[in-house]
Amino acid sequence: MVNSDSRTDSGPGFRTLSGIPVDGVYGDGPLPGEFPYTRGVHAEMYRSRLWTMRMFAGFGTAGDTNARFHDLLRAGGTGVSTAFDMPTLMGRDSDHSWALGEVGRAGVAVDTVEDMVDLFAGIDLGSISTSMTINGPAPILLAMYVAMAEEGGVERSLLSGTLQNDILKEYQAQKEYVFPPRPSVRLVTDVIRFTTAEMPRWNPVSISGYHIREAGSTAAHELAFTLANGFAYVEAAMAAGLDVDDFAPRLSFFFNSHNDFFEEVGKFRAARRIWANWMRDRYGATDERSLKLRFHTQTAGVSLTAQQPEVNIARVALQALAGVMGGTQSLHTDSHDEALALPSEGAARIALRTQQVIAHETGVANVADPLGGSHYVEWMTDEMERRATDVFTHLDDLGGGSILEGVYAGIESGWFAGEIADAAYRYEREINAGDRIVVGVNAFTEGNDAERARLLRIGQETEDLQLKRLATVKQARDDRAVADSLRRVVADAGNPTTNLMPALMEAVTVRTTVGEIVEALEGVFGTYVEQAVI
Amino acid sequence: MADETPVRVVLAKLGLDGHDRGLKVVARMLRDGGMEVVYLGLRQTTASIIDAVEQEDADVVGISMLNAGHLTLGPLMVDALADAGLDVPVVIGGIVPDEDRPILAAAGVAGVLGPGSPAADVVACVQAAVAGRGH
Repeated sequence: MVNSDSRTDSGPGFRTLSGIPVDGVYGDGPLPGEFPYTRGVHAEMYRSRLWTMRMFAGFGTAGDTNARFHDLLRAGGTGVSTAFDMPTLMGRDSDHSWALGEVGRAGVAVDTVEDMVDLFAGIDLGSISTSMTINGPAPILLAMYVAMAEEGGVERSLLSGTLQNDILKEYQAQKEYVFPPRPSVRLVTDVIRFTTAEMPRWNPVSISGYHIREAGSTAAHELAFTLANGFAYVEAAMAAGLDVDDFAPRLSFFFNSHNDFFEEVGKFRAARRIWANWMRDRYGATDERSLKLRFHTQTAGVSLTAQQPEVNIARVALQALAGVMGGTQSLHTDSHDEALALPSEGAARIALRTQQVIAHETGVANVADPLGGSHYVEWMTDEMERRATDVFTHLDDLGGGSILEGVYAGIESGWFAGEIADAAYRYEREINAGDRIVVGVNAFTEGNDAERARLLRIGQETEDLQLKRLATVKQARDDRAVADSLRRVVADAGNPTTNLMPALMEAVTVRTTVGEIVEALEGVFGTYVEQAVI
Repeated sequence: MADETPVRVVLAKLGLDGHDRGLKVVARMLRDGGMEVVYLGLRQTTASIIDAVEQEDADVVGISMLNAGHLTLGPLMVDALADAGLDVPVVIGGIVPDEDRPILAAAGVAGVLGPGSPAADVVACVQAAVAGRGH
């Protein structure tokens, strides 16, 4: 079984299917691996190492999700990525009144370190990299991950993975925020300071356009808003006293790959070029690694249709191919049943197999940036950069010379959310009017009534099990230690120059819950409520 | 339902789910369809929705969820309105598997709109829900 992202499987060297030898790259400089990295961050690209096939999974109890992780790793996945349930994303325990009907439904429920222990049972955390999609309560979940690993004998310095921890896009698009923007950005910088000092293999932020695009933005706005958020975090971390080259090499990105193939490829190439130029010229980074934009890609969930769901397999394959042509470092392929329910095991396997076909059968991984030099692709790359630059200029003006302040202003005025909602509505109207064809939706609808495949269902028993588990953990813990830990969390939160991570480590270690910590922090930071606009 | 008074719709995200793209699109579709839309936005409870229905004298409630919580939250909303003595139908939008539709219908949910529903279907579904009041 080929079970790795190394290229030992390339067999007869880098040749076409019919035996023609091919070079690693074609064209003149700047080549892949050379500033400004438009053509890729590595000279060899996928010749030396394929992208990480990192499948996102999470449902039910920690034990249920752990079983799916093991299935995906056995099937040749090379990393895991955790989807948390809605209460966890919002920093609420499974026994909170808001959690009713939501425990384990759209992700895995995690209340205490004990759930984290079950979630990663049997996975070698020193060698498998993991990713956690969590934002509002991200520092708490990171603390739980570290505590779990160290209790299991793996030191934090050996842990490799990614915490999404990108709160700005929550206010703009995904809407899973807890605290107001400014204290939340302080938490982001606390995590950056903590991992920079203690977890050299960890990516403390995954600056994410994915959710911006899913919420309805255009490709150019996905690119622009995401990079602006990235600049905002750089400014915040530098303001907190960090040297740009100390943390910037570990910043990572996460983009969507939608249906318009060349638009997506242009977007990925432009992202690298813009980041490299801005990091060097505006923020004074000199370490080459600070200039290289590394990113994860996920295919566009929103493009999947409930009608004729098998057609989604083709959409996902083409979107995944765009991610690879764009030079992604890791990739999640959506399951074709996602417009109907959570991914079933069989559908998740087909999605992973799709990546394996691209990697091992198509030959596209043999040459770095194979589309570089195409008139259309180069024009699209330039056009994406031009459109993004207009947004940066707007935000810079709004923020009086600070992108961070411009992003805060754009959030507070609803500018980001409004731009996204306008684009989403335009898209729906085009489909409604028949100006844009979606196969199986407004054209080619024969077969829409075919029988549906088996869907994954999460029943009430998950909630019951999780409530029992939480009660057991609460009963066994030292209540005084929990109360002491929460007092320290509150005290440290009140001092903006203190890094909150040590207090959080102490709290989770004594089995203080996610919800208890979040509520304590809300007492200091407040709770964010957005202005509802349509 | 008479032509002269526009239908008043309260739209809300019930529960924790933050995916509001679909609900915002539906809000604009209904508005373009001649209805009056009261958009409550995120993280609403049955109590906050009932308050809005009473204050705004709404004809119908639309709730959206993409978090697989519809079988719990849908009936909860229907029952809460009934307990409050309000004859106001509930339409659910979001990812609802086909086999859940009869369960929701039996629980009193007046309509279900899946992803990608065309504007005409959205408006018709809400109109039908309002026309079916008291049945």
